[in-house]
Amino acid sequence: MPKLIVDGTEVEVEDGITLLQACEEAGAEIPRFCYHDRLSIAGNCRMCLVEVKGAPKPQASCALSVNDLRPGPNGEPPEVLTGSAQVKKAREGVMEFLLINHPLDCPICDQGGECDLQDQAMAYGIDKNRYAENKRAVEDKYIGPLVKTIMTRCIHCTRCVRFTTEVAGIHELGAIGRGEDMEITTYLEKSMSSELQGNVIDLCPVGALTSRPYAFSARPWELRKTESIDVMDALGSATRIDSRGREVMRVMPRLNEDVNEEWISDKARFIWDGLRSQRLDRPYVRENGALREASWAEAFEVIAERVKASDPSRMAAIAGDLSAVEDMFALKDLMDALGVKSIDCRQDGSALGEAGGRAGYLFNAGLAGVEDADAILLVGTNPRLEAAVLNARIRKTWLRTRLPIGVIGEQADLTYDYDYLGAGAETLSEVASGKHKFAQVLKRAERPMIIVGQGALNRGDGRAVLAQVVSAAQASGAIGENWNGFCVLHDAAARVGGLDICFLPRLEGGRNVGEILQGASAGDIDVVYLLGADEIDMKKFGSAFVIYQGSHGDAGAHRADVILPGAAFSEKSGTYVNTEGRVQLARRAVFPPGDAREDWAILRALSAVLGHTLPYNTLEQLRAALREECPHLAATDEKPDATTSELGDLAGAPKRARAAGFTSPVDDYYLTNAITRASKVMAECSALRTAGQSEEGTGTDG
Amino acid sequence: MLSDNDRIFTNLYGIESPGLRAAKRRGAWDGTKKFMQNGEDWIINQVKESGLRGRGGAGFPTGLKWSFMPKKSDGRPSYLVVNADESEPGTCKDRDILRHDPHLLVEGCLIAAFAMRAPVCYVYVRGEFIREREALQKAVDEAYDAGLIGKNNKHGWDFDLYVHHGAGAYICGEETAMLESLEGKKGQPRLKPPFPANVGLYGAPTTVNNVESIAVVPTILRRGANWFSALGRPNNTGTKLFCISGHVNTPCNVEEEMGIPFRDLIEKHAGGVRGGWNNLMAVIPGGSSVPCLPADTCKDMPMDFDTLRDLKSGLGTAAVIVMDKSTDIVRAIARLAYFYKHESCGQCTPCREGTGWMWRVLDRMARGEAEKREIDMLLDVSYQIEGHTICALGDAAAWPVQGLIRHFRHEIERRIDEYAANPKPDEAMVAAE
Repeated sequence: MPKLIVDGTEVEVEDGITLLQACEEAGAEIPRFCYHDRLSIAGNCRMCLVEVKGAPKPQASCALSVNDLRPGPNGEPPEVLTGSAQVKKAREGVMEFLLINHPLDCPICDQGGECDLQDQAMAYGIDKNRYAENKRAVEDKYIGPLVKTIMTRCIHCTRCVRFTTEVAGIHELGAIGRGEDMEITTYLEKSMSSELQGNVIDLCPVGALTSRPYAFSARPWELRKTESIDVMDALGSATRIDSRGREVMRVMPRLNEDVNEEWISDKARFIWDGLRSQRLDRPYVRENGALREASWAEAFEVIAERVKASDPSRMAAIAGDLSAVEDMFALKDLMDALGVKSIDCRQDGSALGEAGGRAGYLFNAGLAGVEDADAILLVGTNPRLEAAVLNARIRKTWLRTRLPIGVIGEQADLTYDYDYLGAGAETLSEVASGKHKFAQVLKRAERPMIIVGQGALNRGDGRAVLAQVVSAAQASGAIGENWNGFCVLHDAAARVGGLDICFLPRLEGGRNVGEILQGASAGDIDVVYLLGADEIDMKKFGSAFVIYQGSHGDAGAHRADVILPGAAFSEKSGTYVNTEGRVQLARRAVFPPGDAREDWAILRALSAVLGHTLPYNTLEQLRAALREECPHLAATDEKPDATTSELGDLAGAPKRARAAGFTSPVDDYYLTNAITRASKVMAECSALRTAGQSEEGTGTDG
Repeated sequence: MLSDNDRIFTNLYGIESPGLRAAKRRGAWDGTKKFMQNGEDWIINQVKESGLRGRGGAGFPTGLKWSFMPKKSDGRPSYLVVNADESEPGTCKDRDILRHDPHLLVEGCLIAAFAMRAPVCYVYVRGEFIREREALQKAVDEAYDAGLIGKNNKHGWDFDLYVHHGAGAYICGEETAMLESLEGKKGQPRLKPPFPANVGLYGAPTTVNNVESIAVVPTILRRGANWFSALGRPNNTGTKLFCISGHVNTPCNVEEEMGIPFRDLIEKHAGGVRGGWNNLMAVIPGGSSVPCLPADTCKDMPMDFDTLRDLKSGLGTAAVIVMDKSTDIVRAIARLAYFYKHESCGQCTPCREGTGWMWRVLDRMARGEAEKREIDMLLDVSYQIEGHTICALGDAAAWPVQGLIRHFRHEIERRIDEYAANPKPDEAMVAAE
C-alpha cells in the first residue's frame, strides 16, 4: 500500500493503480482525454500532467503507476501537486495545442453541450488565441451507417481505436499518417463490422465521431433523461432514454458493472427510430377481410363476442419477446380467470421452464461471472449476435487469462480464439460422457462454465439437449456449492420474466406454442391472444380468431382480427428479468402514440368487458399482486442465487437428441423483433451486412 | 589529437576490405572467447570502468545501462537491440561503421549480448540504408559461416543476430518506437516506465544501444578499460566519431578523442572553416536536435557531453554542422522545424500540434513576414512542447528553435524590420521544399 502526498494530503492507495486514480482518490480532479478506465493506457493527450516533486518535468499521471514514484531523500512519501503553477501552465499549453487545429464549430456540433473538450477548455484553458496560421482540415471518413465522422474535430486520443481493437475485437479502426497528418479511419473506409461500434460515439471526447441517425436532431440540454433497460437482447443492459416531447431522440448506456459495464449494443442504441414508425396507434377490427379503425369499446365488444362464444379449451395466449412482466402477469391472470390452459411465453418453442426450477433456465454464474470462469463451453449459441455485450466480456476475460473456450454449434468469428468441437448433439453427448478431450479441460478447470443458447434448445429435442448440457455441467463439476457454471443464454428480454411468473401451458390440457399452432391449423383452437408475439408462423393460425396486442404493425398485426394498440418498452413502466434472473425496472420515457395504452391497462379494461375483472386498478396494485405470487420479483437489481437442487431433474430427462447441428436463433443481428424491423437504420445495417457477405457486394461505400 | 594507434575504427574510410579476413587482420574477433570466459560481470565492469557513455545522443553510461538487465531470467528471454536507425540530420557515423567495419559491430553484439544474457540480438537498420544493410548482412553471414556466432559457435555460447530493415521513419530511432516497429507495429514511442530493461521487445527485458556504443566494446576489452578512460576528459572518456558537415573545406567523418577543442577538430580534420574563422557564424555541435551555438562561444570549446550541456547545447551524436556567414540561419532552423514536423509520429498532443505550429511561424519569420511579439510566442510554444511529450522528439524539435532565438533573435528582428519597411509580395521562399 504505497503512500503519497497529493496537494498536501497524505493518502494511502492500492498497489498498482495509476497516479491519476490516486489523485482522484485524494479528491483532486485531473482532466483527461485519452485515458479511459476500461481501455488500455495511451498517455497521448498529455492533459493529465501533474507535478511530481523531484521529477525534472511534469508527469502524465494516467500512465504512471504509484509504485514507480520514488520516495523523498529521507523516505518521506512522494509528493504530487495537481494545482501548481507548473501544472496549470502545462495544462494550458496542452489545451492550446488541442485547440489550434480544432475547428471550434461548437454551434453546429452534435457534441456541443456534452463535449469533454468544451468543458475542459472552459476549466483549464486560456481565453485567448495565439495561433494565426491556417487550421488543419481533414476529410471525413465513411466508417459505417451508424457512426458519423467529422474528422477535422479529431484530437487523436485514439480511444475509438483502442475500444474497437480491445473491447469490440475488430481490428478495423486505426490511424494512418504521421504527425499532424495522422488520421483515424477504417481500412479503405470500409464500414465497421462490430455490434458494439456505437460505443465509440460515447467514447469520443469531441464531436469527431457522432451518431449518424441522431445527427442535428436535438441538443443534450433539451432532452429529458429516463433510466431504462434495453430489451433488444436478454442481458437487460442499463440504458438511458433521452426524449424530447413525445419522441425518443436517442438511447445511451448507463453504468452497470454487473451487466453491461458501460457498453451497449448497436441494436440497443440505434433502435429509437423504430419506435416512431409502423406504430399501432388505434384499435383495428377486421371486417370482410380488411382491417378498419375502431374504437376501444368496439374492439372489446368484438373480442367479448368471440370469447364468450368459444370454450376455454379452444382458446390460447402467446406472449412475445418484448413484453414486460406486468403485461404477461395480467394476461395470465385473465386467461386463468377465463379457464384457458394453453398459454405460453416461449415463442421460439424452447424447452425451458418445464423442470429444474429457476436455476434450470437462468444464466446462473451471472454475467460478471464470466470473468471468474477458467474454461467456457458455448453450446448452440453465437454470443456475438445474441448478446454482444456479453461477448465483449468473454473477450475481455480471454484477453486477460487466455482461458480455453470450446464451441459446439456454428463456427463464427466471435472475436476470440476457440476450439471448435463440433456442430451438434453428438459432440455434446461426447463431452457429457467425458469421451471428448474438451471434457477434460472442463474437468480440470476450477470454475468451468457452460453457456447454452436458444439455438440448442428451441428444437423439438430441446429437452434432451438441455439434459445433456446439465449432465456435462455436472460431470465437469460446474455445478457446486459456490459456483454454478450452468448458464442459459436467452435472446428475448421477456423470456425469463415469463418463465418466472409461469406463463406456461397448464398441466392438464395445456398446449405449448407448437401445439397451439398445430391446434389452430387443425381447427381445434378458435381464439388466440397474441401479446406482442410476432416471431411465429402466422399462416398456421388457419381460421382462428387472432387478437393482437402490441406496439408495432408487424407479422402479428397483419394476421390479426382485432388489434389492440399497446405501448413499446419506452412508453411504459415495466419490469424485465434478464438472463441471469436480475429483476430490473424500465421507466416510462414518453407516452404511447395516439390511442395506444399501456398493456396491463388494456388487459384490465378488457377483463371488465369479458366479465372477469382483474383485481387491480393501478400498476402498483398489480405489482403488489405480482410480488405476492412471485416474491423473488420484489428483489430488484440483484443477481439471484437460484437453488441448484432441482437441476438434477433436468439431467434425468431422455437424452436422445437429433444429430442436426445447432444454429444460432439470431440469423440477422439487426432484424430480430418488431421494433428493429420498423427501424430504417437497422434495415440499412442489415442490408450492408448482407451485401458484405454476398459475393457481388464489396461492403464499401462512400 | 588522437594518435593513429589509438583508433578503434581503423577502416572507417573503407580503404581496406570490410570482410572477415581483413577485419581479423585489423584485430577484430581477437580474444573474444577469452573475454567471454571472464564472465558477464567482468565485461560489464570493464565497460563501466572505461567510462563509455552511450553514443546515440543522450550520453547515458553504457555499463550502467547494461547492469539494469536481469541477472536471472524469470522465464522471459532478454534481448539486445542495436539502433542503426541513424536518421538525425548531420549524422553519418554509424553508416560508415556498417559499411566498412561491420565486424566490430557483430563482435560487439556478441559480447554485449553475452554480458546481458541475451541469446538474440536485433540490429535495426535505417530504411534508407540499403547498401549498409547488405554490408552488415554480409558480415553477419561471414560470422555465421566462420562459426563465430550462431548455434554451437566457437565461443561456446549460442547467439543469433538478425538484421532488421526499417522503413525510413526518424521516430523509429527512438528506442521504444524501435521496439514497436520491430514487433511489427506502427512506430510510436511507448510510455516509460516501464523501461525496456524491464518490459521491452515482446515484453521481455531489452537493452537498446547505439551502433557505435556496441562497436567500441571489443576494442575496449582488448586494450583495457584504462586505455579508454585515459583518453578524453573525466566523465567524457574515450574516442568518438565526429561527423563534420556544412561550411568547412573538407567535410568528413573522423574518430577523435572526446573533449578535443572545436577549433582543433575543424582545423585538423575538416580543413578549417570555409572563408576562415572570422566567417564562422554558428555551429550545431551534435546533430540537428541540439541548439546551435554562435561563433564566439564555440570556437575554442572542448567537444564533450558536459561542456556542451553547460553551454545549453549538447554533444548529441557529435554531428557537427558548421555554418558560415552566408547561411540564412532562420531559414536553416525553419528547415529543421519542418523536418521535425514531418517526422513527428502524431501520438501525443504537444509534438503533433506544436511542431507544425513552430514550422509555420518560423517559415514566415524566415521571410520576415511576422511580428516581433511572435518571437516570444514562438519561444513560449517551444517550452510548451519541451518536456511535455512521451518521447524526446518534442524536445528535439524545440531545442533548435530555442537555440535560434537565444542566439539569433537580432537576426529575426532585423528581418522583420526589413520586411515591414518594404513588404515584398514577391515569390515566397519556402523553407520546406
